[in-house]
Amino acid sequence: MKNYKRWLKKSSQEIAFITKDPILLLAVLLIFGSLIIFILYPLCKVITASVFSKGQFSFNVLKDVISNWYFRQGFYNSIIMGTLTSIIGAGIGFLFAFTLARTDIPFKKAFHLVAIIPIISPPFIGAMAIIMLFGNNGLITSGLLGINNFKIYGFRGLLFAQVITFFPVAYITLRGVLESISPTLEDAAFDLGGSRWKVFKKVTLPLAIPGIASAILILFVETLADFGNPLILAGSKFPILSVQAYLQITGMYDLPSGAALALILLVPSISVYFLQKYWVSRKKYVTVTGKPTASSHKVVSPVAKWILFAFCSFLAFIILLIYFTILWGAFAKVWGFDNSLTLENFKYVFSVGFEAVTDTLIIAVTSTPIAGILGMIIAFLVVRKKFPGKREMEFTSMLSFAVPGTVIGIGYILAFNNPPFALTGTFLILMLNFVFRYIPVGIQSGVAILQQVDPCIEEAAVDLGADSQYTFKKVTLPLMVPAFFSGLIYSFVRAMTAISAAIFLVSAHWNLMTVQIMSQVESGRLGAACAFSVILVGIILLAILIIRLILNLFYGSFGGTMLKI
Amino acid sequence: MSVKLVNISKIFRDQGNAQKKVEAVKDVNLEVKDGEMVTLLGPSGCGKTTTLRIVSGFETPTTGEVWISGKMVNNIPPNKRDTSMVFQSYAIFPHLSVAQNVGFGLELKGWGKTEIEKEVRRIMKIMEFSELYSRKPEQLSGGQQQRVALARAVINKPSVLLFDEPLSNLDAKLRVQMRMEIRKIQKTFGITSIYVTHDQEEALTISDRVVVMNEGKIMQVATPIEIYSHPKNMFVADFIGRVNFIPGKIIDKKEKTLLVDFGIYQKEIQYRYGNFKVNENVIIVVRPESLKMSPGKKIDPHCIQGEISKLVYLGPTIEYEIEVKGLSRKIFAVLYNPIEEGFFKVGDLVNIDFKPIAAHILSQKDKE
Repeated sequence: MKNYKRWLKKSSQEIAFITKDPILLLAVLLIFGSLIIFILYPLCKVITASVFSKGQFSFNVLKDVISNWYFRQGFYNSIIMGTLTSIIGAGIGFLFAFTLARTDIPFKKAFHLVAIIPIISPPFIGAMAIIMLFGNNGLITSGLLGINNFKIYGFRGLLFAQVITFFPVAYITLRGVLESISPTLEDAAFDLGGSRWKVFKKVTLPLAIPGIASAILILFVETLADFGNPLILAGSKFPILSVQAYLQITGMYDLPSGAALALILLVPSISVYFLQKYWVSRKKYVTVTGKPTASSHKVVSPVAKWILFAFCSFLAFIILLIYFTILWGAFAKVWGFDNSLTLENFKYVFSVGFEAVTDTLIIAVTSTPIAGILGMIIAFLVVRKKFPGKREMEFTSMLSFAVPGTVIGIGYILAFNNPPFALTGTFLILMLNFVFRYIPVGIQSGVAILQQVDPCIEEAAVDLGADSQYTFKKVTLPLMVPAFFSGLIYSFVRAMTAISAAIFLVSAHWNLMTVQIMSQVESGRLGAACAFSVILVGIILLAILIIRLILNLFYGSFGGTMLKI
Repeated sequence: MSVKLVNISKIFRDQGNAQKKVEAVKDVNLEVKDGEMVTLLGPSGCGKTTTLRIVSGFETPTTGEVWISGKMVNNIPPNKRDTSMVFQSYAIFPHLSVAQNVGFGLELKGWGKTEIEKEVRRIMKIMEFSELYSRKPEQLSGGQQQRVALARAVINKPSVLLFDEPLSNLDAKLRVQMRMEIRKIQKTFGITSIYVTHDQEEALTISDRVVVMNEGKIMQVATPIEIYSHPKNMFVADFIGRVNFIPGKIIDKKEKTLLVDFGIYQKEIQYRYGNFKVNENVIIVVRPESLKMSPGKKIDPHCIQGEISKLVYLGPTIEYEIEVKGLSRKIFAVLYNPIEEGFFKVGDLVNIDFKPIAAHILSQKDKE
């Protein structure tokens, strides 16, 4: 009771404080309003759609779904797939990160770039390439080895595709973790008489464990939410939950069951995400050292180094093989039968699907800056300002990281089909969906950079007479520019490659390249799918190049060095 | 342009645990006169920085009033307060040039471009760093950043200039040089200033008056000489410089001197204030450099006799630790110019004496 009173008092003080700053108040209210409408409301719709049938509250739909063995199988498969992918992916990611962070192997930069490629391309490219390499008319299976009817669909193929798609995420996370562990700690252990293996086992690995755990959980959430790979590769004998939900809605027109499946998908995603965010990530070790020390590269023996080099080369080879296959496929006449080169596929894409290219670009170009700016503002409010509901704001805006795209997509069609928000089929629904799915990226990079900026710098401006808007505009915002642009690149890439939520929201008027690629794959036109993919990745690379050029031009080293993609 | 703090207290509460609270500042009363430079000195966590931030407006006092230039400013936010702060981390805007940093406050006041440039150049010339005009912050050394931060604060002609440990990030030599410069600039512009530091030497050299704080409370407010030679209590005596505390008992009281009994011998000691009574237990404060030592084979009834237990040679000085029968704390003595004065060795017996004027008496209740 006493605590409650204190909370009330504190809140009322904060409210009194915030009302003195009308612009802040307005910003907070607007952001809360839009977070509620575009994140919470669709999620609530998913829940209500699955527990209300014909206007009556009942668990019948959920019960039906759970008692259906096929859906149960989908759930188990999803969990197994998520678990295996995350463990294997994090393991590979760790080895890759360790090799690049702790040894002096050649071609480090090239290895890094190769590992980045899957992150900046549509998540189902791996699946496509695997079919082209190992499928019925696969280049390796039937072309090289002469095996026909090799079974790549199902468990094995999907696991392979997802590991290749998601290990780079673990690599990026763990490289940061390993680089923050001072090599002097390893040197110290080495100096105290530990063998290289002991140093790794007793020092490096234990220090990296929280990071590895966190990478595993992130990968689990991403794999569970993955839609493109399973849609192409899972097949009917190996059902996956996200695909089942989609098919239930688009194939059977059974919205309640689809929503119920989405809800079942949501529960493990959200729980694992918050386990990662609020528990595992807190356990990270911070090794405080004065000056950054250069790695001494003595922690790995020459033999181990070359074994790791061979491992990384093999991995890089597979990734390059995948992209080479896609590139070849884009120029091949009929993949698997006649692989000679032609421009027909691109002609087809430009005549049939060019509208999807422009649509995708328009939506990505409009949604990313909005997501970026909104992300920066929320980051600023959350880190620097006091107002009631601050934690709730951060929580809600980070929610879309945890929620699988399929769930969001279903939530959007449920929420925005009718007045007052009749948005189905419009440009707006796609744009808003992207904006609210990708603000967490901006928030994260914004929060990270703000925590590095000494609050004194803002206080100095206020002390010299600046009000809060002026300080934000003239001091905080310019300092956030690099974070803003790296967030921008990330959300642009995501918007260009998104499929899981968007596939529910596209229409005849507004279509996306990713959805087009999917339908080309489904109708067997692999060449066209590859050509689309090549154009898509080309646009992304071009956009990254342009943003970096602009940054270098205007900010010189100040902005350019912050972008590490 | 004076600053007045009236009964200022500040309580910080733990966000998660309402029971947990820290009283950072307790009932502080202070008046800083026009053009005066006052230092808040104390160990970390004594409330000095909080007090400074209350003056600047970045913290609001839980109770009490802040007055600047005769106006109560409790409800005036920091950007409307006529104070300028020099931050510990300098807080130079990393995306602006030196000139833009220095001119930031003027730009806010709506000055024209040419006027700003003229004024920035003028201030930079006075402060002797004109050559840095178009540099970027990352090209500045620590001392240069310090100058920029000071110029940025001074150019606004604030009623009060606030310094939050501005020299703690500099190396020892630069610190000595910069504190002279800060004092020079402060005097040149005649700005009322409050300066926070934990470095006693800095406080003594730079200020008109020193405020010693401990655990949120003011221990003593006085000129540097007064603080050092007549500390009001044991905390101040111990915190500023090094000191010997010798317990004794008053056996006779005259107009300006007290006769104190140290158990082994008696000595007359001058006193300036305090209401001492005969038979009262007191503590005599004597600085190590005030002690005189002579070979102690012959017992001198007017001296304390002890045996040297440790010595540290420092070049210009030599430091002795002397064990004295009946005293729990060892006596600490500093001898200047040891080459001429001669050395004692560990184990030597010495007679220790001091002039009555060099000692200062504290009553037992001033222990704090």
